[in-house]
Amino acid sequence: MKYNSVFDIIGPVMIGPSSSHTAGAARIGLAARNLLGKEPKWAKIHLYGSFAKTYKGHGTDFALAGGLLGFEPDDSRMSKALEIAKEKNITIEFIEDNAATDHPNTARLIIGDDTDSTELVGISIGGGKVEITELNGFELRLSGNHPAILIMHNDRFGAIASVTKILAKYEINIGHMEVNRKDVGKEALMVIEVDQNVEDNVLKELENADHIIRISKIVS
Amino acid sequence: MFRTVAELVEIAEKNQMPISEVMILQEMDVKDKTREEVFTEMEKNLVVMEKAIEDSLKGVQSVTGLTGGDAVKIQTYMQERTPLSGNLLLDAVSKAMGTNEVNAAMGTICATPTAGSAGVVPGTLFAVKNQLNPTREQMIRYLFTAGAFGFVVANNAFISGAAGGCQAEVGSAGAMASAAIVEMAGGTPQQSAEAFAITLKNMLGLVCDPVAGLVEVPCVKRNAAGSSLAIVSADMALAGVTSRIPCDEVIGAMYQIGKTMPSTLRETGEGGLADTPTGRLLKEKIFGMTV
Repeated sequence: MKYNSVFDIIGPVMIGPSSSHTAGAARIGLAARNLLGKEPKWAKIHLYGSFAKTYKGHGTDFALAGGLLGFEPDDSRMSKALEIAKEKNITIEFIEDNAATDHPNTARLIIGDDTDSTELVGISIGGGKVEITELNGFELRLSGNHPAILIMHNDRFGAIASVTKILAKYEINIGHMEVNRKDVGKEALMVIEVDQNVEDNVLKELENADHIIRISKIVS
Repeated sequence: MFRTVAELVEIAEKNQMPISEVMILQEMDVKDKTREEVFTEMEKNLVVMEKAIEDSLKGVQSVTGLTGGDAVKIQTYMQERTPLSGNLLLDAVSKAMGTNEVNAAMGTICATPTAGSAGVVPGTLFAVKNQLNPTREQMIRYLFTAGAFGFVVANNAFISGAAGGCQAEVGSAGAMASAAIVEMAGGTPQQSAEAFAITLKNMLGLVCDPVAGLVEVPCVKRNAAGSSLAIVSADMALAGVTSRIPCDEVIGAMYQIGKTMPSTLRETGEGGLADTPTGRLLKEKIFGMTV
């Protein structure tokens, strides 16, 4: 089921004008910021379908920027997000892309700073709910109904075991798990949906485990 | 977890509880929360809705100037004349439009189920309230009932204009409101389902064709259509009128129609009213670009 809570339907409380183009866009921006793990210094944002055609009218541009700045959809600074980003010297470029996508409200965000960058594809499926369908070239299938941990790691034996051992120690149950790699022995991605929220100290410990490159968390 | 309206009604009837209670119990179960927590969270939404209506009745204007001020006009008219369509109906229309005017002016609203259709559920609630004098709890339950039906639509079809046209937004919102009105007025769960089906049937095929891609024209006035239809359908269902096509099949029809709707009519601002001479002219004026 795509939606599992009544508050997906009655909610969110948000700054207008569009739940999918404004609130959803802010949540995609926020997810990108969380996955980078810090405030980006630059962003290239490709917009597709209805996003590309109407982003100015719906405020999709400032909402995405607001998300990158860490604003929740009901943040009253939302409509000023582009100006605030400019003051902070964050460069944001919007590209209207004509490529066909599976979902009409699709955005591809490539964001980073001097040392790191991350690339993701987010879709806004309606009523402010979003899904992240691609991360750094890896296809994702997150239900979005549970908190998830995304772990970039080196494709080596023991990497997965070191992660699951730590989760077991903290009695965190895994509801769904996927492992993907680009090539044998190269960069790989673990996606773990868990039943409860994962505290920061657990994430820290995971980050220090063998063969782990970077960890990010998505809260449902 | 219920997946269809038929299942929702069956659970309610079997346990002799209102639809709102089925939704509350499911939410408590899925999110592992207490009744009090779930109620408090919903009450926050109710407060936002109330505030948006209050703000709108002071008069708001969008940045583009395309929308705003109509909610006040209607309230003034209601004080000066006896509305042909009746006070309750027109009050709902005014409050629904007002909420959407606040949304267009980038104010704070609660998406129900979306921002573009955010006026219908609160507009009807705060109009019906004057006649039915509900308790605060009943008003919160109204939102759970509306949410329960919206939940089925979202999981079996869509609730966004980009995916399924305006039938998926204002259509769903109006149908959700109908079902909630019926429960508040003392109707049965099945009557809620009938009211929902009647409203959605009359919204089938409605396209999403916003001028300049803005959630203003025709969105604000479509909230008026959704809220008035919601009240009429609720009355029909309470009178015993039923839908020949069952509720879940109407949702299925909405999904199929949305699937085959061209993308120019799904929130791209390329077809319908957006592509009229005036629609194009407005876009040019607002964005300084030719279409």
